[in-house]
Amino acid sequence: MEKRNNKAWLYLLPALAFLVVFLVYPLIDVFVYSLEEGYNSASQSYYGIGLYNFSYVLHDPYFIQALKNTFILVFITVPLSTILALLISLALSSIKKLKEAFETIYFLPYVTNTLAVGLVFMILFKPTAYSNGLINMLLSLFGMGPIDFIDGPYWAKMLVLCIYTIWVVLPFKILVLTGALASVNREYYDAARVDGTGKIRTFFKITLPLISPILFYLVITGFIGAFKAYSDAVALFGTNLNVAEMNTLVGYIYDMLYGASGGYPSYASAAAVILFAIVLTITCINLLISRKHVHY
Amino acid sequence: MQIRLEHLFKKFKSRDLKGGETIAVNDFDYTVKDGRLLGLLGPSGCGKSTTLNLISGLLTPTSGRIYFGDNDVTELAPEHRGVGLVFQNYALYPHLNVRENIMFPLGNLKGDAKLNKKEMAQRALKAAELVQIENLLDRKPNELSGGQQQRVAIARALVKMPAVLLLDEPLSNLDARLRLKTREEIRRIQKATGITTIFVTHDQDEAMSICDDIVVMNEGFIMQIGKPQEVYDAPTSLFVAKFLGNPPINVFKGRILNKEVYIGQDAIMPFEAFDQEVYVGIRPEGFIIDKEGPIHGEFVREEVMGKDKSVIFRHQDFEGENVRAIVPSEAAVEVVDDHINFALKKRKVFVFAKESGKIINPERS
Repeated sequence: MEKRNNKAWLYLLPALAFLVVFLVYPLIDVFVYSLEEGYNSASQSYYGIGLYNFSYVLHDPYFIQALKNTFILVFITVPLSTILALLISLALSSIKKLKEAFETIYFLPYVTNTLAVGLVFMILFKPTAYSNGLINMLLSLFGMGPIDFIDGPYWAKMLVLCIYTIWVVLPFKILVLTGALASVNREYYDAARVDGTGKIRTFFKITLPLISPILFYLVITGFIGAFKAYSDAVALFGTNLNVAEMNTLVGYIYDMLYGASGGYPSYASAAAVILFAIVLTITCINLLISRKHVHY
Repeated sequence: MQIRLEHLFKKFKSRDLKGGETIAVNDFDYTVKDGRLLGLLGPSGCGKSTTLNLISGLLTPTSGRIYFGDNDVTELAPEHRGVGLVFQNYALYPHLNVRENIMFPLGNLKGDAKLNKKEMAQRALKAAELVQIENLLDRKPNELSGGQQQRVAIARALVKMPAVLLLDEPLSNLDARLRLKTREEIRRIQKATGITTIFVTHDQDEAMSICDDIVVMNEGFIMQIGKPQEVYDAPTSLFVAKFLGNPPINVFKGRILNKEVYIGQDAIMPFEAFDQEVYVGIRPEGFIIDKEGPIHGEFVREEVMGKDKSVIFRHQDFEGENVRAIVPSEAAVEVVDDHINFALKKRKVFVFAKESGKIINPERS
């Protein structure tokens, strides 16, 4: 028994070595950095150990802004995109003709580069010397606007960011949910029909509970993904996100490390630890709720 | 309620693009009398499940009419027909417990029929008591055995007091012992409720043992209708004769010559019909061991089964490998030079036309 155990460890060793070097060590290092006050990466020296980095980050208006943006983004885009994806998947699974064609169309954003998609959104929303962008042209038909979505008021920029994020995450969710819907045994629907169950009751009492495990998977991964949002904001508003008031937590961490105001790994680490704590808490809450509501 | 099926056809388009079609149900015309238990019997792909789905409304017939009592329900959606349907795999909702599963159909009632929670629970309990699962109400389907799931499915079908109960291969997922028990249970419940019931099965034992009437189907056609014993005793075709009976009927190549039925060189019995090539079907219980008997074969072995035994022998004109005769276990097996002779019970011998497979009845003069 003892011998066999050793063998197992031996087989695991290569993978473990890589994980320790590239995953475990950096993780621990981040915690260490976050506690080292005034760390200088050039001289590898620091003044002391304490919670000053956290205090600094939590009092930094840019961090507060990033925190607020991230939370708005998470709590708007995750529920909205999931519900939207569910509605679209339901529609997709109820049509027969051209089903594959529609599925392909809805899946296109998934295989398209984030920055290229950002370009499309620029055309839609950004005012240029020649026009105010496609959306503003449409708005002017109703006598509204023009609104500067890229350099204008905060709510307009947040709106664009949310729409963009939803648009980017939608295809994957649709793909997963159409699969989930297709995997529900037809007999349940037949049984419900024979018993005279209405469409709405069938959806809430049969379809929804049966796909609930996958729905919760999407919500949990969606939350984690949205907390880590960064590239979407860059694609729309450029790299100077703090000025645009559109920074996210990951963006703040990046700026602290490499940005124009960068060079502060300790602050970045402290922010990363805070982000980690937030994601961990939210995921735990999600799991607790799902344990109550996800059936079988 | 009486169920009248008038010239039902159901055609499906073939998958190939040539526009061909498969006729799953071909001119089904029969009336199920009120309170009867009808068995739809046939091999897989014979159209029996399709027929059931036409009655439930999950499928609409290509042509023909369906009447429940005096009401034409052909165009009626399944939810308005008031049928209870038990699926082959039970289709119990896995996320609901037994009570919720049984109550589910009651939640669909509208208007005056609407029940409050308490009434629903009472009705569910009553249905559960009928199938004797009242102690399992809080379990989830995956915590039940196959037989218990089956009962829950029946309770769910019965709880809304349907006029018609439809069972699609309800016993096929149960083990042999449970199947025997459950089919009696179904019979008891059907008798207790008096609901007109249609029962689809490919297992002739099941159909024969509990049904008032059986309809034998093959490739969409009705082959024969009647009481199980009548159909067994007087099959109208080789197909029905082969399909009913366990162990199955023994079929020999034979011919009619000079008003005698011949198998090989042996004239086995007189028969009033013109000369032709035929198939001769002999039920296993139609053999009597008799040294002077007309039919003989090479003895292979005997199998004791308790109150009777099988005598296995070979015959060159037999369609298949070995002939099986069932005789009382106390009968002496008289083997001479590896050969054994049998006399035949006339009632157990059937003669079928070679081409059509139809029964040939002796012309009585």
